[in-house]
Amino acid sequence: MSNRPDSRGTASGSGTANRRGAGNDRWLIKGARVLGGVAADIRVAGGVIESVGEGLVADGATVFDADGLIVLPGLVDLHAHLREPGREDAETVETGTRAAALGGYTAVHAMANTEPVADTAGVVEQVWRLGRQAGYVDVRPVGAVTVGIGGENLAELGAMAESAARVTMFSDDGHCVSDPLLMRRALEYVKAFGGVIAQHAQEPRLTEGAQLHEGEVASRLGLAGWPSAAEEAIIARDCLLAAHTNSRLHVCHVSTAGSVEIIRWAKSKGWQVTAEVTPHHLLLTDDLAENYDTVYKVNPPLRTRDDVTALRNGLADGSIDAVATDHAPHPVEAKETEWAQAAMGMTGLETALRVVQEAMVDTGLLDWAGVADRMSVRPARIGQAAAAGHGQPIAPGSPASFTLYDPAAGRERVDPAAHASKSRNSPFAGMTLPGRVHATFLRGVPTAGDRAGDGRW
Amino acid sequence: MCATKPEPRHEQRGDQEVPGPGWKAVLAPEEIRRALSRIAHEILERTHGGEGTVLLGIPTRGVPLAQRLAARIGEFEGTPAPHGSLDVTMHRDDLRLRPARALQRTEIPPDGIDGKTVVLVDDVLYSGRTIRAALEALGDLGRPRGVQLAVLVDRGHRELPIRADYVGKNLPTAQREVVRVLLEETDGTDRVLLGERVRPGPDSPGSPGSRLGDGARPDGGDR
Amino acid sequence: MKRHLISAADLSREEAVLVLDTAAELAGVSARPIRKLPTLRGRTVVNLFYEDSTRTRTSFEAAAKRLSADVINFSARGSSVAKGESLKDTALTLEAMGADAIVVRHGASGAPHRLAGWVTGSVINAGDGTHEHPTQALLDAFTIRQRLGSPDHGASGRRGAGLDGVRATIVGDVLHSRVARSGVLLLSTLGADVTLVAPPTLIPFGVGGWPCKISYDLDAELPKSDVVMMLRVQQERMTAAYFPTVREYRRRYGLDAGRMSLLPDHAIVMHPGPMNRGVEIAAEVADSPRSTIVEQVSNGVIVRMAVLYLMLGGVEGNS
Repeated sequence: MSNRPDSRGTASGSGTANRRGAGNDRWLIKGARVLGGVAADIRVAGGVIESVGEGLVADGATVFDADGLIVLPGLVDLHAHLREPGREDAETVETGTRAAALGGYTAVHAMANTEPVADTAGVVEQVWRLGRQAGYVDVRPVGAVTVGIGGENLAELGAMAESAARVTMFSDDGHCVSDPLLMRRALEYVKAFGGVIAQHAQEPRLTEGAQLHEGEVASRLGLAGWPSAAEEAIIARDCLLAAHTNSRLHVCHVSTAGSVEIIRWAKSKGWQVTAEVTPHHLLLTDDLAENYDTVYKVNPPLRTRDDVTALRNGLADGSIDAVATDHAPHPVEAKETEWAQAAMGMTGLETALRVVQEAMVDTGLLDWAGVADRMSVRPARIGQAAAAGHGQPIAPGSPASFTLYDPAAGRERVDPAAHASKSRNSPFAGMTLPGRVHATFLRGVPTAGDRAGDGRW
Repeated sequence: MCATKPEPRHEQRGDQEVPGPGWKAVLAPEEIRRALSRIAHEILERTHGGEGTVLLGIPTRGVPLAQRLAARIGEFEGTPAPHGSLDVTMHRDDLRLRPARALQRTEIPPDGIDGKTVVLVDDVLYSGRTIRAALEALGDLGRPRGVQLAVLVDRGHRELPIRADYVGKNLPTAQREVVRVLLEETDGTDRVLLGERVRPGPDSPGSPGSRLGDGARPDGGDR
Repeated sequence: MKRHLISAADLSREEAVLVLDTAAELAGVSARPIRKLPTLRGRTVVNLFYEDSTRTRTSFEAAAKRLSADVINFSARGSSVAKGESLKDTALTLEAMGADAIVVRHGASGAPHRLAGWVTGSVINAGDGTHEHPTQALLDAFTIRQRLGSPDHGASGRRGAGLDGVRATIVGDVLHSRVARSGVLLLSTLGADVTLVAPPTLIPFGVGGWPCKISYDLDAELPKSDVVMMLRVQQERMTAAYFPTVREYRRRYGLDAGRMSLLPDHAIVMHPGPMNRGVEIAAEVADSPRSTIVEQVSNGVIVRMAVLYLMLGGVEGNS
């Protein structure tokens, strides 16, 4: 069959051009359960969903037997580190977006802390073009708030917004915009072009040398604590600033129960505050650091069971809008070291949906429509990717960007060596997780597929 | 075992095993008593009245044997012979063959051993490696005029050029056999038993009385 | 014994008592004219010191040498470590050299854990960051048992005894102290009742789960203490606002002659060294008969001999 991928997880060759050249751009997805609900056929032509219904005929389209699979709108990640330019040893736009497609994503927001920092129109356009060339997902660059993520002077936010990359989200992620006046100015300034400031909430003085969540485990391990209050204090301040400036604040990787409370309160006031949580904070806790295994070192740190519970509930009730991976690949040597010297971060693109099923769906906290909302619809809205056709309903006229997922696939062990990401620092390594992404389509083009699965292709 | 004399764990484990039916007694309490009396007399004879003699028992069972010999000499001569204990663990050449073991007491009489005749006392003489270690350990403690060796049982199979000066009983044995010495002080009864190793192998703990010294098997197992 | 000694929590009560008993027997060796034992002949012990600590390094070196081990000193200065070699590469180098044991001192908490994952030999933690220093705790326990015995056991320093009922008060910068962490774990394992005394800024945030009590009032604790262990206070803590001035710290938490008189007659005063005379401990306290500071140093060698013997003296990989 002409559209059979030539290896696990890839469409033929690389690049959209190749895939488009594969000939048939007409697909009939047979019997997929839309958002986990009723099974239906989906006919795709010209990159758009033509019709959704029962008993549709192939009429020359390639048939994809999706019996037992669910179909979700293509996932949108608000937070990934693709490392290019500068740290191509850890990840490239090509490998990172390939990992994203395998994880069910059709759009990824690429964080600005590259080398050089994405603080000019030139750098964000470079990243955007690399994403277009790779063709696996839409890469949406995030611009730095301050020059060089130095926390002192505003970067040229307007120039980035008007660049070919059309940047709408700005973040110094990795560092907090801790200066309250600078944060206020940034929130005000982006109103001119409808931007949003995504804050990495970490009070720097309270977290000097911080290594692990400040609590029983850190004190026993002799690791400097990262107190919850250091996150919550910044979130509270920024919520007040967002209200005062009537601007949009997005809170990155919320990790504490207290943060959920504050965001819930800010939302109740009608303020323009949104928030994300990572898959790892929905599943893992600080006691995993017991043996100083640096794969569990991340910023913000893994917290306690109570925090995990509060984050899950916050995501379920919508206080937290989105799941964002904070995919942070690192080369082996950055992790094979003493804990204090190890790099912070975990990969996550290829495991996110499975982790969300484990933490949210299989626990009954969220149904698949809810997953679609938190992993596609709302993040697309926050990142303003909706205009580019992301987070749309599975309905006629929508771009054919969707994910076919088998929630009933047997629990399989996570093996980072098999990941498309260049890096292997997955905290889920060795864990068994449910589910499997079978295929991802971006505007009618398969960007990931699983030939090894059951020969559906 | 005697409650007032705590023993290290591995010894306790061995001691809790009760000798089974496959074991035959080779020395009865009365025979042990007579053997010790004879050795005491021989020591007095060989050391010209025991003057300047120090008895050092090698733990575990060499220590009560040395005490008994010293007491017996005291009965004969009016003054008990100075006695003590000498732990040889740190001088063994077979440490890497078994888990590290607890050290036992080394107690030297106040006058020391310089210029004295030291009689080393052990329960069973087998490969001779314990005695070699004892001679080394002794060298660290001082410079005796002479060193002699007293054992309750000599079962043969020497691996070093060592022989005992005083022997309670010569007991021809096969390598696969196990000699087990029981004493009032450590085991609640006086007896010497001969049996067969239940499971063959260098570290078989299957026999009652398997102990870490010369008593049960050649040091370092069957080589 | 386990393969590695990284945390005082690695030791069961039985194992800790075995170390103390072994050390008690070895104490006799140190008193003899010939101090060397052949026990670890042919074994290689590497001292891998990323922090300067002449005191701990020489203590381990003396212990290993008295057991006839070959000792290699691998210090950060004058080695490839200074050129930025990673801990893992250093570990592989030492492994290739055939190290049977690596004694490691490192500024980063958890470095010995990481090291243990990369080598086949035993790893002995000689102090890692603000985490632990288990051999210091062992020598402290040995010193306490020697001086006080255990009230429940009568005779002092009795073989097989723990520290049941001993009331130990550890005073000072607990937050940054690896001595305190190991001390709390080991002394409580041995049955002692441990109380930490410090200004609240120097008590770890998550101390609730530790097997000890917490107090901010030294004067209230001293009359109830059989042992008072003073921790070194680094002057630079003052700049980080842990306490206002050295003078105030001394006034509230320093042990001077007046405070010492609050102790019961039999109580002892310990310090892991190096001392800040005139800060946490007054000179007349450090030099008083209650002070065990010099004994702690000599006991350090004996206890480390016991640890090396128990970890290396037996069959490889024993449990």
